[in-house]
Formats: sequence, C-alpha cells, structure tokens
Amino acid sequence: MDTSAVTRIPPNQIEATRSPGYWESVARRVLADRVTLVCLTILATIALAAIFADVLAPADPLKTSMAKRLRAIGTPGFPLGTDELGRDILSRLLHGGRMSLLMGSWPVANALVIGGILGVTAGFFGGRLNMAIMRVVDVFYAFPSVLLAVAISGALGSGMKNAIVALTIVFVPPLVRIAETVTTQVRGLDFVEAARASGAGSATIIRVHLLPNVLGPIVVYASGLFSVSIILASGLSFLGLGVEPPQAEWGLMLNTLRQAIYVQPWVAILPGVMIFVTSICCNLASDGLRAAMEIKG
Amino acid sequence: MLSYFLRRVLYAVPIAVGVTLLVFMLLHMAPGDPVNAVAGPDAPADVVEALRRAYGFDKPLPYQYLLYLGRVLTGDLGVSVATGRAVAGELAQAFSNTLVLALGAALIGFVAGIGLGGVAGWHKGTIVDHLATVVSLVGVSVPHYWLGMVLVILMAVEANLLPAMGMGSTPGEQLRHALLPVLTMAVIPTGIVARSVRAAVGETLEREFVQALKAKGLRRGAIMLHVVRNVSPTIVAVLGLQFGYLLGGSILIETVFSWPGTGFLLNEAIFKRDLPILQGIILMLALFFVLLNLLVDVAQAALDPRMRRA
Repeated sequence: MDTSAVTRIPPNQIEATRSPGYWESVARRVLADRVTLVCLTILATIALAAIFADVLAPADPLKTSMAKRLRAIGTPGFPLGTDELGRDILSRLLHGGRMSLLMGSWPVANALVIGGILGVTAGFFGGRLNMAIMRVVDVFYAFPSVLLAVAISGALGSGMKNAIVALTIVFVPPLVRIAETVTTQVRGLDFVEAARASGAGSATIIRVHLLPNVLGPIVVYASGLFSVSIILASGLSFLGLGVEPPQAEWGLMLNTLRQAIYVQPWVAILPGVMIFVTSICCNLASDGLRAAMEIKG
Repeated sequence: MLSYFLRRVLYAVPIAVGVTLLVFMLLHMAPGDPVNAVAGPDAPADVVEALRRAYGFDKPLPYQYLLYLGRVLTGDLGVSVATGRAVAGELAQAFSNTLVLALGAALIGFVAGIGLGGVAGWHKGTIVDHLATVVSLVGVSVPHYWLGMVLVILMAVEANLLPAMGMGSTPGEQLRHALLPVLTMAVIPTGIVARSVRAAVGETLEREFVQALKAKGLRRGAIMLHVVRNVSPTIVAVLGLQFGYLLGGSILIETVFSWPGTGFLLNEAIFKRDLPILQGIILMLALFFVLLNLLVDVAQAALDPRMRRA
C-alpha cells in the first residue's frame, strides 16, 4: 500500500511551521527587553574598560604627586580629579574596575562549580549523603553573609587571595541549596524514571537528563549573586581585608578617599558610584535573564 | 504546637554546635602557631607554654575543640590579646551599642518597607508600586558603606547639621550621632521588606478565596484582614532574617561612622590580630542569629498551623 501520498509534506512547509527552540526564544525575549539590554550594555562597557585599562587610562594609576593632591573634578589633565596622593582618579577607576570585577566574579564562579557539584550530588543520590551535605550547609546559613566573609578573611589575614577564598565559602551554601532543590525536582520527573527503566546508569542520567535541565536555573541564580559579590568584595577591601595598597580597587579607593571628604567630597564618592552602577545593572540583568528563561522563584 | 517547638529546638542544637566548631576552626585557619594568636606577640615564654597546655595546643584537634566547647559553655570566651581583659566583658558594651543601631534601623526599615510594599501589592501598577520597585532595587544594590559616606557629605560636611562620627556622651547627643548610621542601615531592610511584602500581598490577592470573599460582598477592610492573616508568616520570616543581618552586618557602617559596636570592635580586632575577640564576636552574633531563626520558625508556626506539620 502506498502511504507516501498522505504523509509527505513539502520541505519548505516543514521549515515554516518549525517552532523556535528554547534558547532561541530566550534570546528573542532578552532582545525585546530594553532594561536588560541597557544593563548588559553598561556592564559590557565597564568590563571592556577594565580589561583595556592599560590602553585607556590617561595616566599611571600608581604614580603619586604631592604637588597635585586632591584636585577637583574637571581639572585639566585630571578629568575626574586626583586622590589624596595625587594619583589620577580616572586611571585608578579604570584599573580598579579590573580588581573589583575580578574579585566580584571569581568567588561566584568558584562557588558555582563547588556548590553545583555538591548540590547535584546531594539532590541526585538523596538519603544519608543528602543529609550530610545539607546539614553542613545549614551551619553556614547560621552566619549572616557579611559576618561570615569578614570572619574568614579576618582570620586568614588581609590579601586578595584570602578575600576570594572567604567569599567563595560565603557563596557555596546558597548554590548548594538551589542546586539540590532543582535536582530533587527534576529527578522526580517521568523522563528520568523512563531513562532509569530503560537501563541508563547514574552517570548517563546526570549527564544527559539532569544537567541540561538543572544548569539553567543554577547559573541564573549565580548571576544574581554577582551583585552581592561585588558589594561584599569591595566591602572587604574597604575594611582593608581585600586588595592591598597601593593597588587600585573601588572599595579600597573609597577607604583611602574617606579622609578627603572635607576637601573633595564629590571626588571621594566616585568609586562608590562605580560599585553602585555595576551592582544595580547586575541585579536588573539577572532579573531580566530569569524572566526570559521563565524561571520562577 | 509544643511538639513542634521541641522538635525545632532539637534541630537548632546541632546547628549551634556546628557554629562553635566553625568559630573554633577560625583560630586554626589563621597563619602561624595558634598559641601566639592567643598569647599575643610580647608574651614571655613560660606564659606561652602555660597557655599551650591550658588550650591543649599540644593535643589533637578534636580534644582541643572539646576544651573550647567546655570553656564556651561556662561563659569563658578567653582574654583579649590587646587589652588583657575578658572577651565577654568587652563584648557586652559593644553589643548593646550595635543593638541600638540595629533596633533603630529595623524600626524605620520595617515600617517603611511594610507600608510601601503593602500599598504597592494592593495597588499593582500605580505610582506607589513603581516607587516600591525602585526602592527595592536600590536597597539591594547600593553599597551601604558608600551610602553612609554620601550621607555624611550631605548632612555633616555640606550642611553641618549632624555629627559625622563617634557616639557622644549624653542621651541627646547619642541620638544625634545615631541618626545617620541608623538611616543608612535602614535602606537595605526597607528595600527587601518592601519587595517581599509586595510579592506576598499580590500573590494572596490572586488566590481564589479572596475572589470568594469579594463575591460574598465583604468590605475592603475585612478582606484586608484576611490578607494580613495570610501574609503574616512570610513577613515574620523576612523581618527576622533582616534583623539578624542588621546585627551581624553592621561592621561596615560602624567603621564608616566610628560607632563603638561589635562591628567596630571586630574591625579593630582584625587589625590588632586579636583572635580571641574576633572569635568571641563571631560566636555571639552567629548564636544570636540561630536563636533568632528559631524564634522566627516558632512564631510562623504560631501564626500558621499548617507549618507545624513540616
């Protein structure tokens, strides 16, 4: 019997009726969301300015000049003024962005890997292993995040590496929790059950069925932590626990410029403006991403 | 309710033990011989040896931890390396100073946040709703130590209305000194509380029982009471958490305003490498946070019987 006459559809029609894939529709929604687009553009600009600070900075960020201390915004040669040691603020903001962004993103990336692995493990295997991991996480939740970060980096001593270690420890527990929750949800779905029934091993199920469904929500959640991380990292440097002088970093710049608020108040707050703008854009972009990926909660 | 309460208390015990373990480990995370961190840099050799034996630094870690736990349970938090005084005594005054800031900020932040979020959730899409969204965004995004600096510049440097730092001696003076740090600290809870209340009220209004109440012809005031009853457990949880964050996260604000609370003391302890003080403050604040979470859970269960089953 010839059935081809009934089932055959011309190829051009198949193309036309194809519905957009998940990531394609996510991209479409992001492009339609003006707030998210503006924030992503600002973030990209700040990141590029930080990466190319060597080329863009008009002066050496470490070069001091006792004769040119605390110049106002708009001084010829120093468009954003100078700090308490006569260093060019614009150049220091550009170079400082490099440190601040690095210190803000590194701990989140670390925690994403460590927390993701622990959380997926706890969620997938359940039982005693889940209990053990989640109870340890509960202990870390007994500390307000600022306090935990200060406690660990305070005990380890100042320095950028210690601050990154401390912040990583702060961000691992929330990521374990979110990864565990999402994994537990996905694990109970029918297609995982079906894969197991058809003989797939744990490794295959995690790789093929779990991770593609779990990674999205975890990464979006982590992107929301980025703004917290920027504020906390600069906060540690502000306390003298992060990046060490004479290096430029936004939080550390705020700290040393604090003594200048009676002379050049508006120069003194500039590094904070950068932290604020970065953090607000991160929050808005993360919210937009969450909406575009249709993740609830 | 009683069985829920007992279960919840039992659950808090291992957490509290975990907290002491983590705080104990802080001493061993620090670089160098822990006995030097406890004895201070100028201690004579025989004092160092005596301390080494007393703290069990020549014994394995689990033994040292049990010694530490024993000391903590008897209220002995050690002796400050910098001042030579008992840590517990140094903490008491600092804690009450921090409590002043946290309570003030909580009062302002909670009232403003609940008011703003409540109105915004009830009237979605209005100007108040947009205002609440902006306030929430600023609250979570602003580096509050920087906001403190900006307020100092506006109110103390430019306008010369309020003192920039310190605490003052008379009660009236203290109030003037506390105003700027309290306002700065209130920004974060205002934003977060407004966001949570707005979401909770909005969600509750969409529930079917509210439609039923409306269809029944109930007055707005009466419907509002039903909504309040339903969102109160959520709000209690947010308020409790925020109060804990205010108490535990005051270090940056206290440093900006030189307010002699736990955060200021902690900052000093870090730079004098005064680890007993550091451990004492972290332990006290974290245990307080555990207690606060316990109270929040119990309050939630009291407000919503469904939670008692969890």
